[in-house]
Amino acid sequence: MSAHLELSQIGKTYSSARGRAVIVQNFNLKVAKGEFVTLIGHSGCGKSTVLSMLSGLQPPSEGAIILAGKEVRGPGPDRGVVFQSPCLLPWLSAFDNVLLGVNQVFPNAPRAERHQVAEYYLSIVGLADSMHRRPAEISAGMRQRVGIARAFAIAPKMLLLDEPFGMLDSLTRMELQQVLVDLWRRDQKTAVMVTHDVDEALFLSDRIVMMTDGPAAEVGDILTVPFPHPRSRQEVLDHPEYSRLRDHLIEFLEVHAHRRKTGPAEAPADTAASVPLACPHPEPTPLPLSTP
Amino acid sequence: MKPLQRLQRFFLESLFLPAVGLLLCLLLWQVLSGKTVKTTVRDDFGDLVTVTKRVGLSKDLPSPAETWAASKTYVLQPWAKRGELDQGILAFTWLSLKLVAQGYAIALILGTPIGFCLGLSKSFAKTFDPIIQILRPVSPLAWLPLGMVLFLSVKIHVPGAGAPYTASELAAIFTIAVCSMWPTVLNTAVGVRAIPQDYLNVAKVLKLSRTKTLLKVLVPATLPYMFTGFRLSLGIAWLVIVAAEMLTGRPGVGGFLWQQYNALNYAHIILCILTIGFVGYALDRLMSLVESRFKSV
Repeated sequence: MSAHLELSQIGKTYSSARGRAVIVQNFNLKVAKGEFVTLIGHSGCGKSTVLSMLSGLQPPSEGAIILAGKEVRGPGPDRGVVFQSPCLLPWLSAFDNVLLGVNQVFPNAPRAERHQVAEYYLSIVGLADSMHRRPAEISAGMRQRVGIARAFAIAPKMLLLDEPFGMLDSLTRMELQQVLVDLWRRDQKTAVMVTHDVDEALFLSDRIVMMTDGPAAEVGDILTVPFPHPRSRQEVLDHPEYSRLRDHLIEFLEVHAHRRKTGPAEAPADTAASVPLACPHPEPTPLPLSTP
Repeated sequence: MKPLQRLQRFFLESLFLPAVGLLLCLLLWQVLSGKTVKTTVRDDFGDLVTVTKRVGLSKDLPSPAETWAASKTYVLQPWAKRGELDQGILAFTWLSLKLVAQGYAIALILGTPIGFCLGLSKSFAKTFDPIIQILRPVSPLAWLPLGMVLFLSVKIHVPGAGAPYTASELAAIFTIAVCSMWPTVLNTAVGVRAIPQDYLNVAKVLKLSRTKTLLKVLVPATLPYMFTGFRLSLGIAWLVIVAAEMLTGRPGVGGFLWQQYNALNYAHIILCILTIGFVGYALDRLMSLVESRFKSV
């Protein structure tokens, strides 16, 4: 079976005043059609950089990305991106924000049809009653629903999600995970998501890619999540494998935190926080995909 | 707050205190101004004659009452036209405003795209920023003679608009445009540079065309900044018109002011100053209203 999305030998290097900083190297991944893959790792390990290269907002320094048989060069609407902050245009209503994308992708469709598409996706994400409100007039959770609707409405070949629920409270986060998983099942979209939430990764993904810590992050380990679809949150939590997988993930993350703590680099072994939050070489700002 | 309290507060803050300020200024004016004194003296031939003399701290400055008496006709018959340089105050204001509107329109039409280019292109900014920084502080008084030279032999005749534009008219419009353009240019440039990367990423991942990115993302995102520039530009345009009219002697508030100074009618100078102030204030309020409408979006 040939992969729907293939990343081969992807690397990203920035040259700065202090020399070359290798963010990601030797990154290989194949994603099958309809698969949901999550990249997990510590903050700043370069997972957002990988997603940013997938979206085309940053070109890879090395290697190639092949999506549906064609090399990815630059951004385009064949990939629906859900940003960490919803990135809605504040002068447009929720409906117009979605419609902007729809118009772009189906320029020759009749007006009524384009409106229907936008309305359809907005009502699926639960915004049927407030689709004509501006982003400032709706809650953060509702704004991210618009972001999800916009990504699906342009009928992309795949979805890219950059910590889409990172800025939401945990209740809203769970609601939106359900919205996302429902839409994903309905539209059978291939998806790559970045997160650092272990439970989120286990609930949504078919496979979880664990990334080693940067600089020069690589694929550390890949975990296949065996839970059958459709999943309910309770079933996932009750699954006999759940705690084993969760422990595996957490252990991986902790080992890598530990490795960095005692590594040959800067910090002496006896000072250091238990969980380092930032890379010694933080990614240069502004990073197009990771907006605070 | 209770309604009664609110009324009291409104009365105090919006009526009473401004009135106190106004009264204090009038008082100061009254103290500074001179008054006419008539004395009867016996002259060299032994006749009794009446001598009129101005006395006071600034003896030629007319008092508030004298100013009103001398200006009454101009204020009470604001649209009268007794001669080219003897018109009601609103007639003069209208003439000035017409000229301002033309210069200001040119400033916006040129300034906004220049601002966009400055904000969007680093090399454009590097190329033209030094020139802009040098031209920006040049006074309208310096631009006007250049305008006169430029348009000396230019005849622009707009069909249906009556008489062709004169050189002094064109020079005034040119000066207004050149002087009032800069706030629009600079604010637009700042606004374009301040567009959040998020919005640009949306345009990129949707692969909007250049025109669409401009119209759907760049312009709406920059509008609040643009309107701040428009408001500041209008203030400058109104400042410049007075100088331009004084130098060219064109009928208008500024031209009237200068003519009355030469005619020693000092009361009318004060009338003109107050008119210029009121009109400037009204224009600024108007633009603030428009601006706040766009800021709220």
